[in-house]
Amino acid sequence: MALNRSNWRATAEAIAIPIVAILFALILFGIFCAFCGKNPLSIYGAIYSTAFGNWRTFQGTLLRAAPLMLTALCTALPARLGLMIIGNEGALVMGGIGATIAGLMLSYGSLLPNVDQVKNTLGLPSLTVQIGMALGGILFGGLWIAAVGALRHYRAVNETISSLLMNYIAIALLNHLVEGPMKDPASLNKPSSFPIPDAYQLSNISGTRIHYGLLYGLIACIISYFLIQHTTFGFAARTAGGNVKAARIAGLPVGKLTVIICFLAGSCAGLAGMVEVAAVQGQANGSLVAGYGYAGILVAFVARYNPLAAAIVAVLLGGIINSGGALQRTFNMPDATVLVFQGLVFIVVLYSESLYGRLKIFKEAEVKAPPPSAASTAVPV
Amino acid sequence: MAAEALGWWGVPLGIMAGTLRGSAPFLFVSLGECLTEKSGKINLGLEGTLLTGAMSAYAVSYQLKDVVGPGLSPWIGVLVAGIAGMALGFIHAWLSQQPKVNDIAVGIAMIIFGSGIAFFFGKPFIKPQAPQLLTFDLGNWSSLPQVQSALKISPLFLLGLIIAPAMAWFFKSTRWGLFIRAVGDSPDAALAMGVSIKKVRMLCIIAGSFLAGIGGACLSLYYPGLWSETISSGQGLMAVALVIFARWNPIQCLWASLFFGGAQAIGPALQSVGIDQGRYLFNAAPYVLTLLIMIITCSPKKTLSGAPGALGTIN
Repeated sequence: MALNRSNWRATAEAIAIPIVAILFALILFGIFCAFCGKNPLSIYGAIYSTAFGNWRTFQGTLLRAAPLMLTALCTALPARLGLMIIGNEGALVMGGIGATIAGLMLSYGSLLPNVDQVKNTLGLPSLTVQIGMALGGILFGGLWIAAVGALRHYRAVNETISSLLMNYIAIALLNHLVEGPMKDPASLNKPSSFPIPDAYQLSNISGTRIHYGLLYGLIACIISYFLIQHTTFGFAARTAGGNVKAARIAGLPVGKLTVIICFLAGSCAGLAGMVEVAAVQGQANGSLVAGYGYAGILVAFVARYNPLAAAIVAVLLGGIINSGGALQRTFNMPDATVLVFQGLVFIVVLYSESLYGRLKIFKEAEVKAPPPSAASTAVPV
Repeated sequence: MAAEALGWWGVPLGIMAGTLRGSAPFLFVSLGECLTEKSGKINLGLEGTLLTGAMSAYAVSYQLKDVVGPGLSPWIGVLVAGIAGMALGFIHAWLSQQPKVNDIAVGIAMIIFGSGIAFFFGKPFIKPQAPQLLTFDLGNWSSLPQVQSALKISPLFLLGLIIAPAMAWFFKSTRWGLFIRAVGDSPDAALAMGVSIKKVRMLCIIAGSFLAGIGGACLSLYYPGLWSETISSGQGLMAVALVIFARWNPIQCLWASLFFGGAQAIGPALQSVGIDQGRYLFNAAPYVLTLLIMIITCSPKKTLSGAPGALGTIN
């Protein structure tokens, strides 16, 4: 009985603190806007109506939420192992490259098809090509982050820094490929690869302008949730994340777990890159670097690394990103406004981390002698 | 192009020139990070600090050029960049010392927030040309214009050359330096000495961010000498790796900065003699180099020599 109650309180705490944190970040953002001479209330109104106001604009929100769900998993999964990986942007870009290579090879048989090959595609069924593209994205993105995990385990290289550096390397590689070995001569102003034929691109869910990438994101979040919370593999990963020494003594293969989890994490972000190529851009180019990777880190943090919560937070943040354009048009604010808001949310949410277990409302009422000493020794005076 | 007259000699000259020009921001950011890490905290957010510093220095230099003249206004810009860095440093220092808060996560938040602030307020300053810092022209003995332009030394770089040994001396021989090392190596010992861990870390992070802000000013007021949203491209992050490479020693930070500045200059130097193939790959050289250095220097068997003991622990 007592256990049930404290469970209930913990759940309430886990839901209430992030919501209050986001509301507080909204207030701070309002103050920031007021300092810039804009009316915060009308800005809130604009954000709400463009993000969630009606079905037509909400579709735009969902479109932006799809890659965010996938890139959030790239941070959320390794976090359960105690790793802080922020190579989401790089893995997304690598996934985009992998998907483009697979897509071009499967549709034309060449990365640089000549006129003949463009006219006579190989004629494979579109499902084959799409699965090939997805596998290409998963493989490239997965190996990219698996390398980070392997470096962490076998060479003790800090995973945060190495994954960040690899973001820049991936972007350089993308620029190199689309300006050199994979460049479509027809793309002058914006160097790009050859386009994936329209027939092979991801279609929209019928009656909407939402592509099937959203389903990929939702399914990946649900699978990840069950993998982490309800399988022996996930239990092993969480054990290793909680206490590496204990995991080693219990005989868990920590190195293998690290590399596999990192591969899964990277493959999610890689799949996001595939979705961007196969449904939005139609080809690989600089537009792949759109900041979904960095926003995905924020989603994972706010969701406290819970894959199901990440799906919901991704929709919220997708709405905010979606409203960025409206802020630019109606209020004449720079596009970095959304970045400032994201930073504020991040800072407030991090502060809220320190509140867990410290607020009286969420504490067990019946236990008269809770161990307050544990909390006070944690803070050196 | 004038570079053709020099032929292939343009490559080493270009790399040398790029080293002298490009290492100043690395130097300031790595010294700032070194100071921060000596106190036992990591500041990954210096990337955001660098961008904010670059933007505020440029904006102030541009806005004040008619008020105080183009000679003085960049220097006020440098000062404002440092102060803007301190403001971001204060947020980082306060947040990263809350219980259960991970300083690396705070760093990521500060990258997003700092670059957001820099891009938000920097939008109007992308086009106009702001007055630049005057340079010391040490190359007037040569008739070659390349040599002359290579030896235009920034006063900020010279300032960095002075700060590096001064900081080494500060750590080694002063009372305050001892406090910082104690807080970073063994907080318990520092507590026993009667030193306030929170205060020391707060001051170190703020002072380190001040230096990083000035590093940003080097970017926008000396080389490349403009303000754009891609101006820093990860130099603040590389500082973290650079400090590991330099074994938390300010003097070695200086050598490491020169090394990284040189690596950064390879791409442009090759481009100046007409090698344009794969320029993006050459431009990625500093990142690849950083990664390689980390792979070589790190080891799962032992902790790195010179690493502050409390680094990476959460209070």
